[in-house]
Amino acid sequence: MLKFTKDHEWLRVDGDVATVGITQYAQEQLGDLVFVELPAVGKQLETGAAAAVVESVKAASDVYAPVSGEVTQVNESAVSEPGLVNSDPMGKGWLFKLKIADPAQVAGLMDEGAYQALTG
Amino acid sequence: MSHDSGRTTDGSLRNGLDPSSVVRPPSSTLKRTPLHDLHVELGARLAPFAGYEMPINFKDGVLKEHLHTRAAAGLFDVSHMGQLVVRSPSQGIRQAACALEALVPVDVLDLPRGRQRYALFTNSTGGVIDDLMIANLGEYFMLIANASRKEEDEEHLRAALIGCELDRLHDRALLALQGPKAEQVLGHFAPEVAAMDFMDVRLVSILGEGCVVSRSGYTGEDGFEISISAANAQTLARKLLDHPDVAPVGLGARDSLRLEAGLCLYGCELDASITPVEAALEWAIQKCRRQGGRREGGFPGADVILGQLASGTQRRRVGLRSKERTPVRAGSALYHDEQSQTPLGKVTSGGFGPTVNAPVAMGYVASAASNPGTTLFAEVRGKRVPVEVGTFPFVPLHYKRRK
Repeated sequence: MLKFTKDHEWLRVDGDVATVGITQYAQEQLGDLVFVELPAVGKQLETGAAAAVVESVKAASDVYAPVSGEVTQVNESAVSEPGLVNSDPMGKGWLFKLKIADPAQVAGLMDEGAYQALTG
Repeated sequence: MSHDSGRTTDGSLRNGLDPSSVVRPPSSTLKRTPLHDLHVELGARLAPFAGYEMPINFKDGVLKEHLHTRAAAGLFDVSHMGQLVVRSPSQGIRQAACALEALVPVDVLDLPRGRQRYALFTNSTGGVIDDLMIANLGEYFMLIANASRKEEDEEHLRAALIGCELDRLHDRALLALQGPKAEQVLGHFAPEVAAMDFMDVRLVSILGEGCVVSRSGYTGEDGFEISISAANAQTLARKLLDHPDVAPVGLGARDSLRLEAGLCLYGCELDASITPVEAALEWAIQKCRRQGGRREGGFPGADVILGQLASGTQRRRVGLRSKERTPVRAGSALYHDEQSQTPLGKVTSGGFGPTVNAPVAMGYVASAASNPGTTLFAEVRGKRVPVEVGTFPFVPLHYKRRK
C-alpha cells in the first residue's frame, strides 16, 4: 500500500513496517541533492517530527515522519550517493524504515490519486 | 511547520513546495530583463531576485550548470545589475576620476583608459554601501553595481558626486560568458577579445553594435562581461547558446561558483557595518590612498579604514571547510569548541561546492580565531560540526593576467 503526505513524503506499508522517502515532485523541486542525513536506527519518531534532512546545493530541507514509530533501518546508499534520491526517489532512493506504532495513522494519509491532485 | 530556532533548514518540503501555500508577489510587479522570453523558452525555474524575475537554474540544474561553467562556457544573464555612467563633459575625465575618488578608497585617477578596477562605496563609519566595478572608457567611467543596491548607489552618487553627470543606462542588457572556452566562443564574434587581459575593458563590435566588453566575472574562471543594447541582447544570447560549448546558467550556480572563488556577495559578506579591512579586501585599497600615499584618505570612513590597516580589526572574513559531509550554511553560529556557549563568529555564506565536491563556507570570526588551520565548530541543527579556517579561493583561479 502506497500513501502520501502533503509534505511530499511517501510511505510503502508492508505489514507493520513502513518504508519512507520523498516523492518525484519533491526531488524535482529540490534539485540535485548533495547531502542526506538519516535518523539513528532505534530512534522513536512522532508523527510530523523532523526525521531526516536532504540538502541541495542551495538549501536544506526537513523530511518528516509520516506516522509514529521506531526507526528499524536506514538507507546508507542514499547517504553515500545522494543523487540516488533524485534518480529513483520511490525505489532505490528510499530513506528509512519505521515499525508503525499505530496502524490507524496510515489510514489517515493520502492515496496516490489525492497526492497527484495536490501536485498536479 | 513551526520554525525551531536551532534548526537551519528552510523546511522547504513543507513550506516552499506545497503549491497551495506558496505566496508570491504577482509576476506583474517583478521587473524582467531583456532575456526573459528566452529564459521561459529554455525552461528556466524563475524566482524573484532584487525585484526581478530571474532564472535560478535551467533544465540541467545547479550542479551541472556549475560544473559546465568550469569545464567549458556558461552564459549568465546579469541584466538586472546597475549600469551607470559618470562623466564630466566640461572638465574632462580627470574631474570624474577625482569625484569618484572622494567616494571609494581606490585609485581611480591612475586607472588607465581601457582598464577596470574593483571598488567599494564606503560610508562615514568605514562600512560598505556596495561593491562595484569602475571602468575607464576614455570619455567616461562606467560603473557596474549590484542589482540589490543600484538604487542606493544612484542616490549616493547623486548626493555626493561633485561636478559630474550621472546617467543610468536604460535598455541595456549585461551578459556574462565564463569558463575556459569563453575566449574561443566570443572570439568567433569578435576576434580582438583574445588579446584582452583580465580587467581590460574595450568597446567591441559584436553583431554590428559597439558593446562594452570587460574580461572579468564572478566565477573565478576566465571570461567576459558584455554590455549590449536590450534590442540585440536576445540575438547575441541565442547565437552564443548555439555554440556546443555554451550552456545557460542561472543564479543558483552563479552563487556556488562565486562562493568557491571566495568572492563576497553584498548582503552576506558585505554590508553597511562591515569595513573592507574586516572583509579581507585590503588588496582593493591601492597604496596611494593609504597612510603616507599621494592621495591618502579622502573617502568616507577613511579614519576608520586607515586605522584598521594600521592596527588590525576585531573580526575577519575567513574561508571555512567542513571536516564532515554536512554543509554549513549562512546564519550558523561559530564556536571555539563543542561546549562553549558564546559564539566567536557567524557563517555568512555556505553551501555545497560542486567543484570542490565538499561543503564550503565563508564567515566572520574573531581575529584571534582567524588563522588558517584553526578548527572551529559550526552549530547545525543543534549539533556542532567541525570546520577548518582557511584562505580563499577554494578552487584555482583562471584569470588571464598580463604576463
